[in-house]
Amino acid sequence: MNQLPAVLIDGLLAASMMFIIAVGLTLIYGVMKILNVAHGSLYALGAYAAATFVGKWLAGGHPPMASYALLVAAAIVVGLVAGPVIERGLLRHMYGRDEVVLVLVTYAVFLILEDFTKLLFGVDPLLVAEPYGLLGNIELGELTYPTYGFALVGVALVVGLVLAYVVNKTRAGKILRAVIHDREMSAAVGINVGRVYLITFTVGAMLAALGGALSAPTTSVQPGIGAEKIVLAFAIVVIGGLGSLGGAALGALIVGIVQAAAVHWKPELELFSVYIVMAIVLIVRPKGLFAIPEARKI
Amino acid sequence: MSHVVVSRLCKVLVLGALLAIHAPAGAQQAKPIKIGFVTFLSGPAAGPFGVPTKVAAEAIVESLNAGSAPPPHNARGFGGAPVELVFIDEAGGPAKQVSEFRNLVERQGVDFVIGYISSGDCLAVAPVAEEMKKLTVLFDCGTPRVFEEAKYKYVFRTRPHATMDAVAAAMYLLEKHPGIKNYAGINQNYAWGQDSWNDFSSAMSVMRPQVEITTSQMPKFGAGQYGAEISALLASNSNVIHSSLWGGDLEAFMVQAGPRGLFKKSALVLVGGEPYLHRLGSAIPDGTIVGARGTHGVFAPDGPLNTWLKAIYNAKTKVEPNYPAYDAAAGILGLKTAYEAAKLKKLSSSIPMGENKGVKEEMAKAYNLGPSQEEIIAAFEGSTFQTPSGRMRMALGKGHQVISGTAYGTTKLVNGQVTVVNIRQYPAETVQPPDGIASLDWIKAGMKTKK
Repeated sequence: MNQLPAVLIDGLLAASMMFIIAVGLTLIYGVMKILNVAHGSLYALGAYAAATFVGKWLAGGHPPMASYALLVAAAIVVGLVAGPVIERGLLRHMYGRDEVVLVLVTYAVFLILEDFTKLLFGVDPLLVAEPYGLLGNIELGELTYPTYGFALVGVALVVGLVLAYVVNKTRAGKILRAVIHDREMSAAVGINVGRVYLITFTVGAMLAALGGALSAPTTSVQPGIGAEKIVLAFAIVVIGGLGSLGGAALGALIVGIVQAAAVHWKPELELFSVYIVMAIVLIVRPKGLFAIPEARKI
Repeated sequence: MSHVVVSRLCKVLVLGALLAIHAPAGAQQAKPIKIGFVTFLSGPAAGPFGVPTKVAAEAIVESLNAGSAPPPHNARGFGGAPVELVFIDEAGGPAKQVSEFRNLVERQGVDFVIGYISSGDCLAVAPVAEEMKKLTVLFDCGTPRVFEEAKYKYVFRTRPHATMDAVAAAMYLLEKHPGIKNYAGINQNYAWGQDSWNDFSSAMSVMRPQVEITTSQMPKFGAGQYGAEISALLASNSNVIHSSLWGGDLEAFMVQAGPRGLFKKSALVLVGGEPYLHRLGSAIPDGTIVGARGTHGVFAPDGPLNTWLKAIYNAKTKVEPNYPAYDAAAGILGLKTAYEAAKLKKLSSSIPMGENKGVKEEMAKAYNLGPSQEEIIAAFEGSTFQTPSGRMRMALGKGHQVISGTAYGTTKLVNGQVTVVNIRQYPAETVQPPDGIASLDWIKAGMKTKK
């Protein structure tokens, strides 16, 4: 069979999931200039919380369709708890320091959260597959795809459009862009930069957790899942350009399609395919495809 | 029978009884034997592998120390000496494990090390064990390379290497699906997945050369998402899919592939599927060919040792032991057998022949000292020992590598429970190469059984 349609569909489905995770990472970097390694742990916490909530809900014999609301609720809870705790409790004491120091701080948070997750949820993998098959399947030629995958494409579109609207069309977005452009000047004109940082980090944490929560029904939630995702999310935002929402979308699409193409046509290259693309992009455009041009400050 | 032979026979019998029942008069409480037990306590391998091996090791040692194991392992501890376990987490990769091994030997002062699930860790630790002259028992890793690429004095492995998993899978598949025309594979892209696929596809090409490979998918270890791989497998229209996936990767693959109808198109061979039968339940389709990497779990022979392991494991976890738990049992019981054989030999040789004077003192001295590491190694090499999975024989790697039979079966859902039917046993010699021949060479040469 002609494998091109399958490559494009598989790429799109994978990209939607990765975009939800990567867009939170790029948002935090864009506003706060923090490359948040702990993003992977927030993804894992979202997945564990969702698996736990849904598992208990289904075990109680409640209507399975409500489990989708629980997936989103899990992400909101994790974001609202972990985001402010990390930002207020730790990161705000580090602002103004070198970006490398902040990477190391978030790496420490990542390690702490990895152990915290094990302590809280144990080391046994969690399985809550029911929501994955609940929406039925869609037949496309010889291939069958669960509708859940296409629902995630919808969620990714909504997330991307809402973020783009808020950043570009609202007053809050103007404030955000002012902080991105010049933190000190923004503070001087009366913008509460600390609050902007808190809200940005919480929204970013919520998006990481949402990625984890929505992936929970499709996989086995187990220790270590965060590390795998953070590497891929970094590759996406680097390809797209750190801090760019459009870049995260394009980066996710490129990574998804390249990986799917490798799987279908050259499986032995799948492991390296993303990094080959990343290397090529960085050679051609060292700051990523959608890097925002910066005026040189004198 | 001469007087001397009768006398020696009586002596051995008496000493054997002493070992099994109690210490000789004058013997002090034997010094505890400290064993470093290395297994995954965190990371993806902890749930399905590490934790069951830890639970099994604790349960077995408690039972051995209480003297409540069935014969031939009913002597308390190791030959009367109580056993203590020091658990180390195997997570972190080979370099970390080498450091942990050195710590176990130099700082913790363990007498022996039993451990290692990852083939990478086994390959890294074995030369260090040799360098540090510490008797080390590899209990679960599968790579044939450990003894095919090096010789060791201090390293033993009490589970058969992975070649038999692939060879027996090919034999079973061809027996149950004689009309097979093609097959595909999905295996993790690291040593275990690559070896398993290479051995399986080589065995298939020898046994049925006309059967074609449609696609070989090698996702990254821990990938978790297999959307594109499942599409590629669906598009390949393969009769059969071979997989050595394990842990969360296997669970994620099954959860994603089932709703997409992959298993309606293709039969499935899960080389190490046994630990997941209960966890995945109906997500495992009827007719899946499963192995347990030996005669473990559902394939274990009925007998007092199997009943004992199930009972002591079940008392701790309320679930049945899976194959890594059986591997842990083989590691501990293999070392115990060698230790006690060495001790028996030492006691036997400590009695001055033909003299009565000093017999008691010499016996007590020998009993308290225990056998030396060199004496245990001599007893371990080429030995046979009984385990809950049946009899194990140290037949490869110059007597340092176990061989045993293996088994495969087919899943069938009965009253919502996954059962295994059509079980077929494979004798050790038919699925493993003879000593001195590399596995892949043996497969490619036609898997001839040594006469």
